[in-house]
Amino acid sequence: MIRTWITQHAFVLLHTLKSLFSTPMTSLLSIIVMGIAMSLPTGIYIVMKNVQSAAGQAIDLPQMSLFLKYDLTPQDLANIRKRLEEDPNIVSFQYVSKEAALYQLQQSSGWTDITIHLSRNPLPDTFILHTQASSSESLEQLRHAMQKWPEIEHVQFDSVWIERLHELLKLGRFMILMLAIFLSIAIIAIMFNTIRLQILTQQNEIEISKLIGATDSFIRRPFLYFGTLQGFLSGVAALMIIAFFIEKLNEELVGLTRVYHIDFHLQHLSVDDSLSLLIFSACLGWSGARISVASHLWQIEPR
Amino acid sequence: MIIFKNVSKRYADGYVALNNIDLNIDAGEMIFLTGHSGAGKSTLLKLIAAIERPSSGTITISGQNIAQLKLSAIPYLRRQIGFIFQDHKLLFDRNVFNNVSLPLQISNFDNKTRSSRVRAALDKVGLLKKEKTMPIALSGGEQQRLCIARAIVHRPNILIADEPTGNLDVAYAREIMSMFTSFNQVGVTVMISTHDGSLLEDTQHRILVLNQGKLAA
Ligand SMILES: Nc1ncnc2c1ncn2[C@@H]1O[C@H](COP(=O)(O)OP(=O)(O)OP(=O)(O)O)[C@@H](O)[C@H]1O
Ligand SMILES: [Mg+2]
Repeated sequence: MIRTWITQHAFVLLHTLKSLFSTPMTSLLSIIVMGIAMSLPTGIYIVMKNVQSAAGQAIDLPQMSLFLKYDLTPQDLANIRKRLEEDPNIVSFQYVSKEAALYQLQQSSGWTDITIHLSRNPLPDTFILHTQASSSESLEQLRHAMQKWPEIEHVQFDSVWIERLHELLKLGRFMILMLAIFLSIAIIAIMFNTIRLQILTQQNEIEISKLIGATDSFIRRPFLYFGTLQGFLSGVAALMIIAFFIEKLNEELVGLTRVYHIDFHLQHLSVDDSLSLLIFSACLGWSGARISVASHLWQIEPR
Repeated sequence: MIIFKNVSKRYADGYVALNNIDLNIDAGEMIFLTGHSGAGKSTLLKLIAAIERPSSGTITISGQNIAQLKLSAIPYLRRQIGFIFQDHKLLFDRNVFNNVSLPLQISNFDNKTRSSRVRAALDKVGLLKKEKTMPIALSGGEQQRLCIARAIVHRPNILIADEPTGNLDVAYAREIMSMFTSFNQVGVTVMISTHDGSLLEDTQHRILVLNQGKLAA
């Protein structure tokens, strides 16, 4: 019984492969179109994932500057040091006196002239901290707490850009989702139409099969196989397109990273992500075929 | 075995093709159905295989009410029946062997059983040598016999033939009739519609006459 079942399905699979290869150009074209559609959101996803992991390394230790009030005693400074040492959120800190800050400013080009004319040092004493807070909410909390310390004039994030990046990534994820939804619909529509054409050309066979006792699932089976297989192959095409794209982009990035002295290149899709893409694309093909078969079988049902 | 009670069939356009049919066919019986063109012969036969559904009345086959059969149960009813269609319904894109093989494929027979049964059926109708031929290359009588082979290959216990000798000469027609008689002799219930009176002259089997959708006594 099981063996019969297996041979039946193997037979249908073979038949499906044959029908896929019987019109190689049409099949190839639909697979490429569907593959490109699928590679768009996936490609953006993989680029974003790379940017995110690069940003993640930077956000690991967000920086903050504590600008101190003017008239602090060494005792006040010692108090701050003690509190910073005790705070578990603070990984490391560094004291920059106003003299050191002014010296640094004078060293940087363009500012020398201005600082010479200043009668007194306008810069405050500063603590630069690295915190462990990972989300922008917990950073905000920390800032709020420290703002209340009596010795502190002002607390400033040095990592506003990371927040902005986070917002951008959020927007990016939303756009990927939208793109994925619409392109999935497009893929289902392509599959729907492909199967519709097949059903039309096999209408006679379907009708006769039903007249002599074929169940709906028997009629559906080859079309569902076809849809699933074509969806899967489109997934493979998408993977190939993305791999090619990443390789090319990395070649371009080599020049860029050399200029900026940073080490950044795009990682390929992970095995998990690739498998998900293949399964998802096979499901899309199946869905399109399923919807198409359901609506068209109903139309040619003898009544 | 096949029981019609007060069966009427009104087509969607309002035409009443069958009017209050009462009919009782025993298992293993061979029965003829005759009547003028448009009398409702095909309609009656299609009702048995649930190809058409009755507008009123009940049709019972082996104790099962066909009129109330769920759509999903219909395929299994049809597999008990071998139907020879008036318009043949052959598949012209595949050869003789594959045409006959279709009912077995549908019922999930394995490859080996399939080919041996297909060859047996083709042998019975004398088409064994033509298994690779396409239907279009067959004569009218050969196509008719191909239909018969496809209808008997899955060994149904009811065989329904709608005008199986439609456009054949008398000699061919008699040959085909004797084929049906031999199926009947091994226990198959056989129902044949025909308007060819010459076939009915010397038969001892029951003859039903349809006239304008009504059974004549
Ligand atoms: N699908 C249909 N819709 C409407 N009317 C139909 C349909 N099928 C058959 N009829 C009508 O029902 C009547 C009986 O048709 P049926 O095919 O049963 O006749 P028949 O006895 O088989 O005739 P023939 O000997 O010509 O095959 C005919 O008048 C036909 O026009
Ligand atoms: Mg007829």
